[in-house]
Amino acid sequence: MAVTILVAFATAVLGLCYGLLLGGISRKVMARIHGRIGPPVTQNFSDLVKLFFKRTAIEHGGMFWLAPMFRLTGGLGVLFLVPIVVGRFSVVNISFAGDLLLVVYFMFFGCLGMALGAGDSGHPHAVMAVSRGLAQMSTYELSFSMVVLVLAVGLRTLNIGDIVAAQSGGIGQWNLVRYPFATAAAMIAFLPMQMAYPFSIVLAPQEIPIGPPTEYGSRFLSLMLAGRSIFGVAKLVLFMNLFFGGASNIADLVMKTLLLYLYPVFVSAVFPRFRLEQSVRFLLVVPTVLALVELIRVIT
Amino acid sequence: MSEQKVYCNQSPSLPGRQRVGKIIAEIARANSLWVVAYGTGCGAIELRPLHTARFDMERFGIAMRPTPRQADVIIISGYLAVKTLKRVIRVYEQMQAPKYVVALGSCTINGGMYFDSYNTINQLDLYLPVDVYVAGCMPRPESIIEGFTVLMKSIKAGEATGWQHYIENLDYYRSNQNEVIPRWDMPTYNW
Repeated sequence: MAVTILVAFATAVLGLCYGLLLGGISRKVMARIHGRIGPPVTQNFSDLVKLFFKRTAIEHGGMFWLAPMFRLTGGLGVLFLVPIVVGRFSVVNISFAGDLLLVVYFMFFGCLGMALGAGDSGHPHAVMAVSRGLAQMSTYELSFSMVVLVLAVGLRTLNIGDIVAAQSGGIGQWNLVRYPFATAAAMIAFLPMQMAYPFSIVLAPQEIPIGPPTEYGSRFLSLMLAGRSIFGVAKLVLFMNLFFGGASNIADLVMKTLLLYLYPVFVSAVFPRFRLEQSVRFLLVVPTVLALVELIRVIT
Repeated sequence: MSEQKVYCNQSPSLPGRQRVGKIIAEIARANSLWVVAYGTGCGAIELRPLHTARFDMERFGIAMRPTPRQADVIIISGYLAVKTLKRVIRVYEQMQAPKYVVALGSCTINGGMYFDSYNTINQLDLYLPVDVYVAGCMPRPESIIEGFTVLMKSIKAGEATGWQHYIENLDYYRSNQNEVIPRWDMPTYNW
């Protein structure tokens, strides 16, 4: 029991550090694309520590306090449920027969908590961002749910461990090759999940500055940064497990998650932002049709 | 939600001495300065090139934030009209401590070319605690970066304590502010 808790804690800390480092790398890469030097890769660590040691004198009610916790819980929930490296770290992985459904729920959970907290802050920009975010989320969750359905029907399982096991034995066995349309749909849905352009209407910096966390500062923001980093890593690991054959060792894990992380960064660098109705229309049509085609292909 | 919840109606207090992680905190503070995006005078035009590839202030960890809740630094960029001063005070007080003020241009030191204007203030540090002055009319982006470097050094040395000075001498600052602002018309304390 003590060992489990210790390993779980270590996983959370490592996940946080890796998430912060990935955030730093993405800022550096973006700066290089702009032709700038960019901040050091450890910039997010400085931000986190600084925010943690800032004073807090903001009070907007209970939900406002709880929202960063919800975000962190959502991130940790996903991180503990997905098998990080197959065969190792199995102590932490609290997997069971239908854990993929719970992971999908956890991904909703963090965003919903954040939405409630931001709504409680009473700032008009936060409320606008929340309404945009929820509208967009319901569209990409539709295609992502269909992708989950494809995997469940095709592989006859809802356990992430089993899905990874089904892909062992080379690239030919990966779900990327087996279900290319579903993978394409999921990778499109991955962009709004990572709040990347062209779907970054929630944090739209030029219209509704910062969006939901407008009223959050100091320790709240530090906790949210931590939650977002852990959540980011958990999502990368989940996508790696679902479509790219999981990871058999640490080097595999780092390479795959890094490549997956850089994909939204590069897309962000070249695309401008959609308006809400454009984003919703795109997400309702393109990934949904792709997922639907795959679903029909799998069922027949 | 009542308006009362949004601001504090008590005089602010100084924090106790930070014991744990003081050095780490100060290094992190110096390397992650978030500036509230609020241009008050013509000097704001010199801040724009700092974002570009030519000067790139993000390499020092300096970023713009559109909300005072997340900002550490407020830049008073040039002349400050009395009307703007009122907003600046509100923004400054809504920022969470520790917070720093950078004053750009000769207008913030002695009024500059607007020294005899009927609606601008001449000496900023009567109204807000200034941590770093960057002289010039207008200072070039290089001098602004130099000003930030000085601020970072003084934060690391624990000398950028303007915000503490503001809390300790709030009555002095308030009396100066009330002298020039005809209608206060906002909460007594904006914390």
